[in-house]
Amino acid sequence: MSNELRSDLNIIQDWVSPESQVLDLGCGQGDLLNYLQSKKQCKGYGLEIHSDSIVACVEKGINVIEHDLNNGLSHFKDGSVDTVVMTQALQAVRRPDLLLDEMLRVGKEAIITFPNFGYWRTRLYLLSKGKMPMSKTLPYNWYDTPNIHMCTFRDFEKLCREKGLKVVDRTVVDSNHQEHLSITLWPNLLGEIAIYRVTK
Amino acid sequence: MPQQIPADSVGIVTPQVAKFDEPLELRSGKTLQSYELVYETYGELNADKSNAVLICHALSGHHHAAGYHSMDEKKPGWWDACIGPGKAIDTNRFFVLCLNNLGGCHGSTGPTSINPETGKPWGGDFPMVRVRDWVESQARLADYLGIAKFAAVIGGSLGGMQALRWSIQYPERLNYCAVIASAPKLSAQNIAFNEVARNAIMKDPEFHDGQYLEKNAIPKTGLMTARMLAHLTYLSDDAMGEKFGRDLKTDEIQYEYSPEFQVESYLHYQGEKFSTSFDANTYLLMTKALDYFDPAQYYDNDLAKCLSNAQCKFFVVSFTTDWRFSPERSEEIVDALVEADKDVTYACIESEKGHDAFLIPIPRYVKLFTAYMNRVAKELNL
Repeated sequence: MSNELRSDLNIIQDWVSPESQVLDLGCGQGDLLNYLQSKKQCKGYGLEIHSDSIVACVEKGINVIEHDLNNGLSHFKDGSVDTVVMTQALQAVRRPDLLLDEMLRVGKEAIITFPNFGYWRTRLYLLSKGKMPMSKTLPYNWYDTPNIHMCTFRDFEKLCREKGLKVVDRTVVDSNHQEHLSITLWPNLLGEIAIYRVTK
Repeated sequence: MPQQIPADSVGIVTPQVAKFDEPLELRSGKTLQSYELVYETYGELNADKSNAVLICHALSGHHHAAGYHSMDEKKPGWWDACIGPGKAIDTNRFFVLCLNNLGGCHGSTGPTSINPETGKPWGGDFPMVRVRDWVESQARLADYLGIAKFAAVIGGSLGGMQALRWSIQYPERLNYCAVIASAPKLSAQNIAFNEVARNAIMKDPEFHDGQYLEKNAIPKTGLMTARMLAHLTYLSDDAMGEKFGRDLKTDEIQYEYSPEFQVESYLHYQGEKFSTSFDANTYLLMTKALDYFDPAQYYDNDLAKCLSNAQCKFFVVSFTTDWRFSPERSEEIVDALVEADKDVTYACIESEKGHDAFLIPIPRYVKLFTAYMNRVAKELNL
């Protein structure tokens, strides 16, 4: 196993308590869970829908369950895990608001990452070209994108406020998952990806 | 008949018989004073006997899971697609054991065996056997072979129920449990299908209250109807449509009640073949074992509670068009395992083959199964 985690996952793992129960929504190849299991003695399940990713998880010894996140988290009882993680999938589900409810029904806290549609280049792209923005983080055409519910950090925080959820931590980074002072000052304009920690 | 044995086959295999004289008390309250189990093994048992895998068979299955009995045998064992050198259950690494269950008709003690008390075939007097009784007899076979703990217990359909039962009944005797195309209990519809099958057999004039062997008779028509009914529950609408459509045997309809559509001929052929090779009493017994299976009923109908003592890791697989044991039935098992905090991997494989898909080497299924068994080998240092 490589000891190097993708940098956003590295920020997330730091927020997860040792020996806690973790549920990773859209766990991909299982890198985060693998790291949390081996380095922090966490226990957990990953939900995934892509067959090759499921095989990759099996090879790593990850508990992976084939599941479509659009169907909620019916496999899991209320409060059954400590942390529910979802990286780069919020914008791709049919009802992000309902899934957020589900995450905090099942977990004591939720860690969520998503791309910021309020990033200045995205704003400029739409303003100058008059076309739906495409970039390294958003590489799809409007008609074939899995990202059907794009939002800005401000949108997400408004949703949290409306639901009465607390944002415990927030780290805003560029597309290489690096933090900068300028991003800290104007996150919704200069940040490309945010990592939120939310509780009820 | 194989011209030559394929490289990924376990080759020519010979069934063996184990005799047990210690009485087996059955769940029904009856006791079998002695019995025999016929079994096959593939691969080598390692020095510390840690690489044994038990394969549990389904309703009409038997001990011949892989390889050939002779060069004259037309087809290999029933799960040859998944058992052999380099296959999902790799016999280069695992020692694979498969037996004919008690009550079967392929060599293990069952309704066609002689009842020592009467000197006649048991027939309908053979005691009903439940899944837990099979697990008990399988555990005794493991003792006989010196296997204290299985690397894995694996089964599809009714075999999956035995694997699940193993995890409850002998939690310390298996490391991994694979439950494929199975269910935690039968639905009312499942039981209803079984009852129609049993009714067909028992209403056959040649059934003679189950003592047909004494009369040199067999309830062939009943068994054939039972199999035809069951067979169509193993296939999906799509699979049947693709295979037969509305094709006729002749160019145009004949206004006859004998089989005219290809699908009718196929069912007749399957029923006919089965009715001459399977014992009707065994069929009745196996369907009853299915109907009665419901391990959670002894735990307030709480499957999670029922599985809470399991110590093994679980691999659960379902198939999209399986309507006999649909993906939702497998997900009931997965949900209970998650609730009980057990290690579980689950996948639902896209297939148009219905329930029978678990026997078919569907690429995604084979890849996943192979990856899981590699994990088993790796984690057990095999």
